[in-house]
Amino acid sequence: MDFFKRHFFVALSAVLGLIIIAYVGARGNLQLVFGVVVPYMAALIFVEGLVYRVIQWARSPVPFRIPTTGGQGRTLPWIKRDLGDKLDNPSDTPHLIGRMALEVFAFRSLFRNLRTELVKDPDNPEGARLIHWSYKWLWLGAIAFHYAFLVVILRHLRFFTEPTMGLVLMLDKVDGFLQFFTPAVYLSGVVLVAAVGYLLFRRITNPAVRYISLAADYFPLLLILSIGITGILLRYFFKTDIVAVKELAIGLATLHPKLPANLSSLFFVHLFLVCALFAYFPFSKLMHAPGVFMSPTRNMVCNNRWVMHVNPWNYPVKFHSYAEYEDKFRDAMIEAGIPVEKEQ
Amino acid sequence: MADYKNEFGFFAERPKVEKKLFDRNKVIAGLVIFIVMITIPLWQNLGKTVAAPAPSLDTPVIKQLAAKDKKCVMPTEWMRANHMQMLVDWRDNVVRTKEQLVTTSRGREFVAPDGKQYLASLTNTCMECHSNKVDFCDKCHNYVAAAPNCWGCHLEKGKKLAEAK
Amino acid sequence: MAKTPTPAELLPGLSYKPPEKGWMDVKPDFRPGTYCNPAAPKWMEWINYPYPAARSIPEDNWELPKDWKEIVLQGMEDRLQRFRSLKVFFDICVRCGACADKCHFFLGTGDPKNMPVLRAELLRSVYRRYFKTIGRVLGEIAGARDLTEDVIKEWFFYLYQCTICRRCSLFCPYGIDMAEMTLLGRELLASVGLNIDWAMASVAQCYDKGSHIGAPPQAFKDMVDFLAEENERITGINTMPSINRKGAEVLFVMPSGDYFADPGTFTMMGYMLLFEHIGLDYTLSTYAAEGGNFGWFISHEMGKRLNAKIYAEAKRLGVKWILGGECGHMWRVCNQYMSTWWGPVDFLEKPVSPITGTKFENASVHKMVHISEFTADLIHHNKLNLDPQRNAHIKLTFHDSCNTARGMGILEEPRYIINNVLPEGNFVEMPPNTIREKAFCCGSSSGINANENMELRMQGGFPRANAVRFVHEKYGVNHLGCICALDRATLPTLLEYWVPQVEITGISELVGNALIFPDELERTTDLRDRDLVGFGELAEEAGEEEE
Repeated sequence: MDFFKRHFFVALSAVLGLIIIAYVGARGNLQLVFGVVVPYMAALIFVEGLVYRVIQWARSPVPFRIPTTGGQGRTLPWIKRDLGDKLDNPSDTPHLIGRMALEVFAFRSLFRNLRTELVKDPDNPEGARLIHWSYKWLWLGAIAFHYAFLVVILRHLRFFTEPTMGLVLMLDKVDGFLQFFTPAVYLSGVVLVAAVGYLLFRRITNPAVRYISLAADYFPLLLILSIGITGILLRYFFKTDIVAVKELAIGLATLHPKLPANLSSLFFVHLFLVCALFAYFPFSKLMHAPGVFMSPTRNMVCNNRWVMHVNPWNYPVKFHSYAEYEDKFRDAMIEAGIPVEKEQ
Repeated sequence: MADYKNEFGFFAERPKVEKKLFDRNKVIAGLVIFIVMITIPLWQNLGKTVAAPAPSLDTPVIKQLAAKDKKCVMPTEWMRANHMQMLVDWRDNVVRTKEQLVTTSRGREFVAPDGKQYLASLTNTCMECHSNKVDFCDKCHNYVAAAPNCWGCHLEKGKKLAEAK
Repeated sequence: MAKTPTPAELLPGLSYKPPEKGWMDVKPDFRPGTYCNPAAPKWMEWINYPYPAARSIPEDNWELPKDWKEIVLQGMEDRLQRFRSLKVFFDICVRCGACADKCHFFLGTGDPKNMPVLRAELLRSVYRRYFKTIGRVLGEIAGARDLTEDVIKEWFFYLYQCTICRRCSLFCPYGIDMAEMTLLGRELLASVGLNIDWAMASVAQCYDKGSHIGAPPQAFKDMVDFLAEENERITGINTMPSINRKGAEVLFVMPSGDYFADPGTFTMMGYMLLFEHIGLDYTLSTYAAEGGNFGWFISHEMGKRLNAKIYAEAKRLGVKWILGGECGHMWRVCNQYMSTWWGPVDFLEKPVSPITGTKFENASVHKMVHISEFTADLIHHNKLNLDPQRNAHIKLTFHDSCNTARGMGILEEPRYIINNVLPEGNFVEMPPNTIREKAFCCGSSSGINANENMELRMQGGFPRANAVRFVHEKYGVNHLGCICALDRATLPTLLEYWVPQVEITGISELVGNALIFPDELERTTDLRDRDLVGFGELAEEAGEEEE
């Protein structure tokens, strides 16, 4: 098997394996484990792992202020800087917050994405030239995926809150506004699966991206895709008793866990995959979520020349001092008429 | 300058990185915000016992039924998960004479697994027994925040009669 | 030296399709023309760098020290502790591939390991193997691999195919900066004795004598004298600056390329004319005769050891502040590291332009002003007597140096100057996706502007040249302007190869061309002795014809 197949099929088998484990467990007598123990463990691993990883990062200092500047910097007061410059090259904290907000909420850097291609050009003596154009599909896929996932997660709060949060009720209306099918189809679910599908399709079909992809790249995509599909199946096709689902969920949320009967095996598969995602999160590339806040090329004000940045491990270095230098070249310097400190 | 030789030549001291959290306040603030954000929905009921809804079967019609007839058109367990799908099928069959999906109703007829025939009607059959929408239907619907649009047309029986008068 | 293929031979072979074999199984192909020679031992001895040896890349044995593996792994651990950037950048990449077609080396060579994401994976795979449980346990399937001599060779090959230009970092959704990883990876290579000769020679010379070109003080003075004479010959103005003079108001530090070779020398002549024009009280230094910093291309520490001279000399000479010439990586180092390395710099004053009275608030701590800021301020206050017609023969486009564009944000100042020293309509921009913060690198920065890797340089510079060719063909552009000495050193070769009709010029050269002095000679040529359009005899002849 080649590199791609090895990595893809390992990820695929891992997800299928998780599905089988959950199915067998739910069919067997392990509903308590999969309904109560595993969710608690996953939540603990998620929170503790994430906090631990962030703290591990923070144990290393940021020795230099190295923001990547994406616009005109603050120099002379009359040099024109539009809002884009101020956000892409922030010279104060409010604009830095703006830059980070754009990055986190709008994927600003990805929005900048270009596609560069080598095209045949018979007019050129070499027969080809490069062209660059704005390429927003990756941005669109990514932002659709992330926001759809966010809405899906928020909607699930109806299982964890009693009375259900107003926000959730509102989302429910907006998300199902098409009033298509019964129960009403949630756009977020469809968008989530479509966007993950696109990202997976792109990863497999784009030769360059496939070349760099590891099992760790396919696994979360396949996992989230499976979560989306099992969720859709549960809502529209193989229904389970959602009163029982809520009893389970709110029992977990209030720390009074209880395991209602009447939960389908498919539900346990869905739940277990979600738990797997949460538990996997801190050990994976999914840490890009907290990571973007810690990225020194984005989270620093571009004020190097007027605010000193301190490096906690700054140390003296040996350099060729002027005295040594003059000792070495004194005669030549005197001869050339260059002023010296010591004539002899 | 001491003649300590590191991998790159000379400097006074090997750079030592203090064992501590750098940007401590910002990092901790960020983590606290994160934890607060993900737990906010849980605070309200934390530690409390949230009772599961108990839909009431206490209606005059059900009371009058003989013990052996005290059962729904389909098994209770099945109804809990699938009643909405059955009602949709009924509607579609009645309104659009579509083929059945999950149950065995044709037109206005519904044949239960035990062979008994029912009129496929939310108002006339379901709510005949379950005339207590507030204590039966709404209990679970509110609990799981389901907002079925049945009640746009199908009013409760009592109300309907009252309005008719 | 390997014969460099011609453009017509190079491009048809260019494809972005990755090979069949997985990247962990593909070894680098050390073809002559694509790699830099390893550093000669004497340079490394000059600056006390470890493990000097006469090495040869095509040989199997690279003369690594016996415990090279421990050194590299310890070095990696040490750097993970010291640089949060490294930890975060190692951990959070999602391999989305947004950076892939942003790298000029990938676009020029088609080698997938030049996609920044994969170049980073070369380091990351070792990090996973030795610092991550999952990599230790699962190995290849977790993207981890053993550190072998082949891996070291691969690092050497690809980390010297990165010019630290940060174009990838701009497009990365998390700001992952290949430049940072390249720099730290090069430090690891240096720690086992692997350096490139071109950079190391420059560093050693700069450390010892004062500038990358290795000119001792008397030679420096000769070169400056010569340029002053040239200025006097062409304009009749004496522009001879003082050297190592105590008590001057300003210390001017420029990259050595500006007094060493064409076309940088014309930029130097431009600086000198400008300072003479405004009567600036400034001095040059033979000790701090180098603004550029090839040391930074090898390690942060070496960068600091070379950079030390600038503040030290400013202090010794008792100047008030420092003015810096047109140079990309010099300014990136000055901007990102200098005040952190040496600050607070209380022996200097906050820079104030003695001509306009402008306080350079943005340099209040660093105390160093960029020549473009300084000149733009002069023009803004109408302190320069300029005749843009003297640049009428120049149809210009502007190349943003990656370092000042993405490491600092100097974009508008040079354009403001250009628009004031060039006749209207003589300045056109290259396509928007190839300029400003999205500028393509010259392909030879970060110490790899050697001669032995010419094929690689021409490939790496292809995207830049391609954009230049576009404006050359469309608008008749005949000059490429820049504020970077490495550009002035490397772009002439690049354009000679891809777009031979276009020449390179510094922006201060254009300023020098346009400056009008009251007692000047009648100007008929520019600083390069080329005839001006519409001046002197030619103008008279043209006039006669019209009559």
